[in-house]
Amino acid sequence: MEYLVRLAQCHETFRQPELQAVATLLGIELETMAYNEFALTEALQTPFCVVKLKDEAAARALISRSILAKDILELWGQGTTYEELHADVHQRTKDRWADYHLVTYALAVDCFAGKRSTAKKREIFESFDYLNLKGEVRIKNPDEQFTVVEDYVSDVEANAIGTERSSEPRMIYMGRWLAKSPRDIILTHTLKKRKYISTTSMDAELSLVTANMALAAPGKVFFDPFVGAGSFLVAASHFGALTMGSDIDPRAFRGKDHERKDGMAMLQNFKQYNIVSQFLDAFTSDVTNTPLRDTALLDGIICDPPYGVREGLRVLGTRDGKVIEPVVIDGVPAH
Amino acid sequence: MKVITANFVTCAVKECKTSAASFPLHFHDAELEQQELDFQPEFIRNVLPRVDWDSLRITANELGFPSLPETKPEGDALNEEQTLKDLHRLLLETQVIEGKLVCGNCGHQPWMLPPSETPNHVFNAVRGGSKKKEKKRA
Repeated sequence: MEYLVRLAQCHETFRQPELQAVATLLGIELETMAYNEFALTEALQTPFCVVKLKDEAAARALISRSILAKDILELWGQGTTYEELHADVHQRTKDRWADYHLVTYALAVDCFAGKRSTAKKREIFESFDYLNLKGEVRIKNPDEQFTVVEDYVSDVEANAIGTERSSEPRMIYMGRWLAKSPRDIILTHTLKKRKYISTTSMDAELSLVTANMALAAPGKVFFDPFVGAGSFLVAASHFGALTMGSDIDPRAFRGKDHERKDGMAMLQNFKQYNIVSQFLDAFTSDVTNTPLRDTALLDGIICDPPYGVREGLRVLGTRDGKVIEPVVIDGVPAH
Repeated sequence: MKVITANFVTCAVKECKTSAASFPLHFHDAELEQQELDFQPEFIRNVLPRVDWDSLRITANELGFPSLPETKPEGDALNEEQTLKDLHRLLLETQVIEGKLVCGNCGHQPWMLPPSETPNHVFNAVRGGSKKKEKKRA
């Protein structure tokens, strides 16, 4: 079966790798049938991706973990014109129309980079008369939502590479809506609402995408050697992994006195998202002298290595390689 | 610091890493705290092969836990809920909130008393000051 994934129009170059990663993680066979056929550069990708999956369950599973996708539809037809689209709908789904005779339903036209008047939308709805939907129309919570998706040439693309804009879409899809992605969690994970952050906390959406691409899942151990305020750990823990982190500067995860209620300040974030059970530990260490045992302990490492001005490079050791004698006070090393 | 973390870390000093005495690090004057966490059997099953069982027995002993079986539970034993729950309690729910963690080789204590709940492996790693970052103004 073919399905239409509607992607979020951001982080374009990560969208397909993320879908692929989620498929790998969940053991779903995913074949991309059509994506980005029109765009000439990566920045001009359209938000539609047609994929081939085994069944509806696979489609629902795939979307249930994708952060950069918005929703998924069962593809009933596609075409560059409405004649082509209707022919394709006939060919793909004719034998299934009877199943939908009596369901409550809604029809919608969704245009990307274009628009349709209400009258024109009505005309489009009526052109699908042959589906023979006899059930009640219900706009809110219908049994089945059918959506016509139109893809136009966007002004961004027209300006960038000179594609001519047209009042007609260049691609039309028709599908039965299945499920939406958990993209909403970005709103609860956003740094604006997070209890403890630092100057270099990673953006919530990108952290979640990173955790997805690293295949974070329940039962796994994830590690961040540059943990800071723990933004990557929160994302990996959200997906069920157990996480630990280290940082050369413990002040980052420990927090100032007023930020620590009980335990380190970073733990506040885990409490906020109710994932304290997914947190293992954080310790102070230099990644070039890591105390982690030299065997396979971890399922994944996700991190945002330090660079730039706000958090520059810091490692242990002296520039000239001299060993500094430890300071001993009353026979106890003062470190 | 959780018991599972203690099983994952050795002394950070490079010379110690080659010595068998640097692992496990030994707890002294440890004060424990039990924390209730969600039981995740799949995690215990997944992580148990990576746990160094002999060291875990030493650590458990030092922390005053009843002695663990001599061999690591494997195969069917991993389906017994009680075994997994006991391990969950030891590995994840038991936290050392105060005490010393000492390397058996160099005698250094990567854990300071008592300013943090987290072991600090930095200062004795090479026993040197940190490189000052170069200040650049754009």
